Amino acid sequence: MRRFLSGVLCLLLLSMATLSQAQTPTTPSDDDAALALLEALDVENFRAKGDAITAILQSDDERARDWLQALLDGRLQRTSEGRFVVVLNNTGRDWPVADALTEEPLGEMSRRDLDRIGINNALRNQLRSAIAVVDLYSPNVERRRTSAERLLGEVDETLAEPLEALIAEEEDSQVQRRLAQALAIYQTEAGQMEGVEALRGSLHPRARVALNRAANGDDPVVADAAREALLSIEQNLKLNRGLETLYFGLSLGSVLVLAAIGLAITFGVMGVINMAHGELMMLGAYTTWMMQQLLPGQPGLALILSIPAGFMVAALVGIAIERGVIQFLKGRPLETLLATFGISLILQQLVRTVISPLNRTVVTPEWMSGSLVINDALSLTLNRMYVLGFALVVFAALMLIMRRTRLGLEVRAVTQNRAMARSMGIRATRVDIMTFALGSGVAGLAGVALSQLTNVGPNLGQNYIIDSFMVVVFGGVGNLWGTLVAGLSLGVINQVLEPWAGAVLAKIIVLVFIILFIQKRPRGLFPQKGRAAEG
Amino acid sequence: MTTLQRKTHPRTLSRFATALVTAAVMGASVQAVAQDDDPIKVGILHSLSGTMAISESTLKDTVEMLIEQQNEAGGLLGRQLEAVVVDPASNWPLFAERARELLAQEEVDVIFGNWTSVSRKAVLPVVEELNGLLFYPVQYEGEESSENVFYTGAAPNQQAIPAVEYLINEVGIERFALIGTDYVYPRTTNRILEAFLKDEHGVAEEDIMVNYTPFGHSDWQNIVSEIRRFGEEGKPTAVVSTINGDANVPFYRELANQGIDAADIPVIAFSVGEQELSGIDTGPLVGHLAAWNYFMSVDTDANYDFIDAWIEHTGDEMAVTNDPMEAHYIGFNMWAEAVRKAGTTDVDTVKDAIIGVTVPNLSGGYAAMMPNHHITKPVLIGEVQDNGQFDIVWQTPSTVAGDAWSDFLPGSRDLIADWRAPMRCGNFNVANGSCGGSTAAEEAEAALAE
Repeated sequence: MRRFLSGVLCLLLLSMATLSQAQTPTTPSDDDAALALLEALDVENFRAKGDAITAILQSDDERARDWLQALLDGRLQRTSEGRFVVVLNNTGRDWPVADALTEEPLGEMSRRDLDRIGINNALRNQLRSAIAVVDLYSPNVERRRTSAERLLGEVDETLAEPLEALIAEEEDSQVQRRLAQALAIYQTEAGQMEGVEALRGSLHPRARVALNRAANGDDPVVADAAREALLSIEQNLKLNRGLETLYFGLSLGSVLVLAAIGLAITFGVMGVINMAHGELMMLGAYTTWMMQQLLPGQPGLALILSIPAGFMVAALVGIAIERGVIQFLKGRPLETLLATFGISLILQQLVRTVISPLNRTVVTPEWMSGSLVINDALSLTLNRMYVLGFALVVFAALMLIMRRTRLGLEVRAVTQNRAMARSMGIRATRVDIMTFALGSGVAGLAGVALSQLTNVGPNLGQNYIIDSFMVVVFGGVGNLWGTLVAGLSLGVINQVLEPWAGAVLAKIIVLVFIILFIQKRPRGLFPQKGRAAEG
Repeated sequence: MTTLQRKTHPRTLSRFATALVTAAVMGASVQAVAQDDDPIKVGILHSLSGTMAISESTLKDTVEMLIEQQNEAGGLLGRQLEAVVVDPASNWPLFAERARELLAQEEVDVIFGNWTSVSRKAVLPVVEELNGLLFYPVQYEGEESSENVFYTGAAPNQQAIPAVEYLINEVGIERFALIGTDYVYPRTTNRILEAFLKDEHGVAEEDIMVNYTPFGHSDWQNIVSEIRRFGEEGKPTAVVSTINGDANVPFYRELANQGIDAADIPVIAFSVGEQELSGIDTGPLVGHLAAWNYFMSVDTDANYDFIDAWIEHTGDEMAVTNDPMEAHYIGFNMWAEAVRKAGTTDVDTVKDAIIGVTVPNLSGGYAAMMPNHHITKPVLIGEVQDNGQFDIVWQTPSTVAGDAWSDFLPGSRDLIADWRAPMRCGNFNVANGSCGGSTAAEEAEAALAE
């Protein structure tokens, strides 16, 4: 790999120097040469294919990069007449193709009439390196950054000199840093002190590998310096790992908070155990899917619109449940539990029959995919960051409603002492309906968030109902702060335990912990106070 | 005292008797005619809802298509085939109930069904008690050979072992992360693979990482982060994934989100095929691997015809085919061939007639039914492409015969299965010459439990 890269890089540097001088138009003899290059690819032996790829790379042909990319994607094919084509879109049974040499579109061809030029994993790596090398000179900064990162660990002595020249010429600081890092890694593995010094504090895993090798090397001075550098890196790494686990815990916790907060409200105000809570979340998730179907090609806009839509849909279903079933079962918690369990089954089957028993695909918009890179050892996935932020916003909004609005005042009054509130003129029934609608709506919002993190299917609710109850029981009923603290702490505990005990055992330990906690404090972390509450 | 008693008037009695006799005669004649028009019932036991629906519901459609095609070709033994579909809803005990319903109530002549090994283990006692026939189309962990089950899916020596050998020989992998769903198939397969890696290839204990998660697990942050760290020690690392069902979707998504590319740490999966990939964004998965005995991208006319028929049957231009569908295609054709050979659908006769039956598969070769109720299959390794298809990068030069009892586990090394007369044993111990019955099975289980 290294010999290949260094050879190629040298040749490329030479050719780039001459190429920048003159751009010659393609002549018929160039086309013949190009055809020969492509024909060299259409052989059985993979090693011969590798040589052919090198030949293409060393040619000055400006179509070379496109060919190599098409070969990598499996889109370089040959017709039965021997013509080389590039497939523009390989989905379905008939594919639009273009001539590989002239780039003119040739309409559609059936895949039965085309023969693909195959590659294997080794060639795939070779192609990626080749494209990376070409991209080092690309005017596109993004391409230069990716290819610079690919160079880490791939540098050898023939590459070192031209690399230094490249670093000096480079304008973009990020690319420069990466190239310098690549050079330092080479120097470290070659046992040179300046490499070790340059790699001090670098969190990139490849740097650590290089320092490890230097620490086991011959020169005691260099080995000592490498060991020192490694120790300081280890400390830094531990810190980053801890931060990462904390982030995982907070993001899991934010999901739990969103799922449980609606339940905390309805349970707190009405004492109703709503087993259909999970299905309300499922409805919110399906609303997101529906929105994306209605607005194809705009997943981001659909997602934002499904926030109010999910709230409304779940709230309306919640009102229907309250008016249709729960109001007749006041003061009978066991019957309410059974009735709402039945409703949850009905809702699940309804979705299965009307839509489909299979999962639905919800697309994550561009701006939510990938991760935020803090440093080489810590990157935070974006979708979970948005969900964390969303959970905090929802929490803040609910606090506002509870503290600053008339409805919130009435809800708090009814929660503390229903009879007294009624005698003050508050219509408790109306408060019940509004509370249930609010709790259900928030469940819908949780569903919208969950659609970005997990599969959207009829069983989505079942996966979260137990967790929601766990959080409510742990945090204390009817108390928003309790739900927030409980949710986040359970999430963090779960994520801290997971690498040590495994996913299944971690869940078991958390459940056992909650059972023991409830023995000591039956009313949870933040119980409600007041005579009526304790009565 | 006159008691109110209904006396049957003599005339009514004779009329009644006449009617009865006529009915009996007509019934008998109808019965005689109906014998030839009586449809052959084919049971379909696949989850149409729940966590496995993503994988299993297409298999039900496949069997229905095969039945339709057979009926258009004139049926079997002059009788039409009728599909009897039940939904066990990814609920393992419900699988046993539904199997009993198919065999005892509906009286089907054959069942095509199951996906997860835990569902098959639940159905096994029912199918053996009621002497039914089950064709099982999915790759599994081996360590089983039942007189009433025909395993048209891959045994570990037809999928897992060649896949790991590909990783070692062709890709140069030295560290292995065995990630699976928590049930019998991944656990047993990983035991076999661990023994294989340590004994055959001298892989050290610390170069193997094992992890299990429940069905439908969606929070992969921690595990993917661990995999990334495991792969950063400097040795080339790969993930061998036995994750089943829809937990795969968030797993691959998390891999993409954390920036793990197939070129850094390739994932080779045994339960991810074209069906699981359809409907998700496969961009981040390009380059990851799967090991099967068939891919939709196989370049043969038989395959293209099958795909065209499938697209017509589902009415969906973007419909995909996968390995378990091919297994059902092979199993159905083998069963039909055995029934023709035997001249009856009687289970005991078909069981004997089917051994040795050879039918063409979709990758240009043939599949033969072996005496241990496994078939011969080629092994293919494919890389995920942008369009949800697999690019075949390696295949065995010829077909591999399925081995029910793994050669790498101490308890099963000495066992073979042979259901032909006179042996008729699913776990014959060649070391001590006895048909295992309890002893060998117990030993094997004891070894597995270690």
